Amino acid sequence: MATTKKPSPSSNGKQEYRVIGKRPIRHDGVDKVTGRALYGADLQLTGLLHGRILRSPHAHARIRSIDTEPALKLPGVKAVITGADFPPAGDKVEDLGEGSVKLRDLCGNILAGEKVLYRGHAVAGVAATSPHIAEQALGLISVDYEPLPPVLDVREAMSPDAPLLHDDLFTDDLGEQATSPSNIAKHLQFEKGEVAAGFKKADKIFEREFETAMVHQGYIEPHNATALWKADGHLTIWTSTQGAFIVRTQVATILQIPISRVKVVPMEIGGGFGGKIPVYLDPVAAVLSRKTGRPVKILMDRTEVFEGTGPTPGSYIKVKMGALKSGRIIAAEAYLVYEAGAFAGSPVACGMMCILAPYDIENVLIDGYDVVLNKPKTAPYRAPGATSAAMASETLVDEIAEWAGQDPLAIRELNGAKEGTRRADGLVYSRIGFLETLEAAKTHSHYKEPLKGPYRGRGVASGFWFNCGLRSSVAASVNPDGTVSLVEGSPDIGGSRTSIAMQLAEVLGIEAEDVIPKVADTDSIGYSDVTGGSRVTFATGYAAVKAAQEVERHMKQRAATLWEISPDEVEVAQGVYRNGKKSIGFKELATKLNDCGGPVSGQATVNADECGVGGGFATHIVDVEIDPDTGKVTILRYTAVQDVGKAIHPSYVEGQMQGGAAQGIGWALNEEYYFDGKGRMANSSFLDYRIPTALDLPMIDTVMVEVPTPGHPFGVRGVGEVPIVPPPAALANAIYRAIGVRLSRLPMNPGRVLEAIVGR
Amino acid sequence: MAIVFIPRQLAKLTGGVRRVEASGKTLRDVIDSLERDYPGVRERLVEGERLRPGLAAAVDNTFVGLLQAVEETSEIHFVPAIQGG
Repeated sequence: MATTKKPSPSSNGKQEYRVIGKRPIRHDGVDKVTGRALYGADLQLTGLLHGRILRSPHAHARIRSIDTEPALKLPGVKAVITGADFPPAGDKVEDLGEGSVKLRDLCGNILAGEKVLYRGHAVAGVAATSPHIAEQALGLISVDYEPLPPVLDVREAMSPDAPLLHDDLFTDDLGEQATSPSNIAKHLQFEKGEVAAGFKKADKIFEREFETAMVHQGYIEPHNATALWKADGHLTIWTSTQGAFIVRTQVATILQIPISRVKVVPMEIGGGFGGKIPVYLDPVAAVLSRKTGRPVKILMDRTEVFEGTGPTPGSYIKVKMGALKSGRIIAAEAYLVYEAGAFAGSPVACGMMCILAPYDIENVLIDGYDVVLNKPKTAPYRAPGATSAAMASETLVDEIAEWAGQDPLAIRELNGAKEGTRRADGLVYSRIGFLETLEAAKTHSHYKEPLKGPYRGRGVASGFWFNCGLRSSVAASVNPDGTVSLVEGSPDIGGSRTSIAMQLAEVLGIEAEDVIPKVADTDSIGYSDVTGGSRVTFATGYAAVKAAQEVERHMKQRAATLWEISPDEVEVAQGVYRNGKKSIGFKELATKLNDCGGPVSGQATVNADECGVGGGFATHIVDVEIDPDTGKVTILRYTAVQDVGKAIHPSYVEGQMQGGAAQGIGWALNEEYYFDGKGRMANSSFLDYRIPTALDLPMIDTVMVEVPTPGHPFGVRGVGEVPIVPPPAALANAIYRAIGVRLSRLPMNPGRVLEAIVGR
Repeated sequence: MAIVFIPRQLAKLTGGVRRVEASGKTLRDVIDSLERDYPGVRERLVEGERLRPGLAAAVDNTFVGLLQAVEETSEIHFVPAIQGG
């Protein structure tokens, strides 16, 4: 087995940290709050042209022809491109680190080919001397469409009679392809034990169907990209992305140019949540720049973000569980169908792997289907696939608790997974902290205090997310004033500059404020995968630890030179280098480097998949009150409990827990893409697409349970994704206790809740 | 020899057997060994020089590539590649 040696957290070997666990002010904080931080929209370059995208008014149509000539004749228009301006894609599959994609699908989503497959599908790009001229030019592009019937329901899309989106899509069944095309891109299956025999032994069988709506990540900053294709054939892209290196890979692959000719500069990012992993604008801006010889900037507006970028899928899920009178669940079956959008690639596999992950169930069968339909191509969203899945399974677990006369947390303890539990997908848990979250929830004042009053109810639910490893690089160099410049390739979405800097500082025995972190472009740091999968504080932090250890090794050599001894005779603890009675601190030693060997730097790249990534669990408690006249759900109190491994910067961990819960609450109660019968989104603005605001939510209380991951030097676990998993199920369970009806469709908006009250 | 957990969708190729033993110093060797015993398995798992797109291999709970090492006592699973947000 391939292993990576795990470095010790510090050379003194103690687990009492100087920096980790403290709450320093984030390094980018002042720039962010004073408006000095540079986002993609802020970029200005000499000769800059402005790009706009023409989008399809149809959800499904064949493109008979596109006439761009009238647009090109408009004064100020410098170039117009269509999908035909991309090189032929062929059948190549591109590895994007986190998953792979068919190049033809990737290209076809960025600019449509022979068909448009959803309303908002990009058809052409324009570059002009002003945004207004570019906008005017869009109206002069004539597209002759042959409208086709759209497929908007995931189960209808699976029907053999459904209109096909792709004539060449054949269902993949783990490497075996169907013989005729359909809208079912993939079938997956997990089996553990003997599920039929398990159900036979059960005292009672529970079964329910669930539907969840397509929702968007809702990041505040729209997508943007600026490209400059220089005369020497080198291309620079400034963009808002979760991964500069995968932008580089995708752009080079789509445009079929050497990867070394593409430099991607990650600008500050105003939210991503998975939605800024795919590329949309970057290759279009690049080709427009190549055609014009000038830099081209394209910004999306909010409607484009909703209609033209990846939301997370709606789903249909059926779950069946068999339990003994004791409440022990002995068999479970799940059937999940997820919307992929216009091209294959929903997160149904993750949903399948998460749906029963908190529990140790002997007999399990899970089937999943990835289905294309005429909606935007879905993209990852915070614990992709897991939230919808947990809505289904956690509702049934709650129902079993009620039937068995058990406390909802107790039944989760009874069935809960722990170290050594084998999941439905076959993998075995290492040290996890699910049971610890249940214990913390049980003893929390929120759970112990009774909730009284009509139309009030308390619900709990749990959730799991894997957390990813992948590859990260950092470089550290010691400055003459004793500070350390830290360069990393992971875009900072949630405060990771500081959480990485703190890990480096901990090893070197310096303060977090003495580290100067910078997120670099793809020419300036080694390969780093995306900021996603809750992996950066784990993986990039791991790389920072290793780089710091290299720095420390060089610093010992310098101290040895200074004292004319062997490096082995130098001891170091908490940033102080010692030999007998002689000692020198890190900062003072930094001032003397040129006298004893020269500057010091260290760099490291890790493949954190080899380090033992630890999965994360959360258990949430929520109290609601329902207005019986309107169906409005008011959240009275909310507590999020989570196994966070070791919290490097507790404020950021708490922020992730609160943010994830808030997004999950929005998904549960309000958010939904409203499509009309023709597949047109009817609520593509934040006025009509209702995300929660501070006025909608109480203070979300957080409880950090620290069960360190054995695979990380400080025990870090990813924390960003799992908090979005429990909220819909917790709210559904709370609503049930308030009105006596189990809701099985998201969102549980006032109309649906009122309908449930009236229909009791 | 390493123990390989056969996904249900491949069980037809192994005559319904869900856990098999296979030898090899690397994951690729192990898959070659499986192919010798259960013809047709390799093309369901591998495309060119890589695992099929969307597929991952876990050796002793660690995700690895085809050329990475497998121990005599390893436990091997083929699972979907996960993608975070």
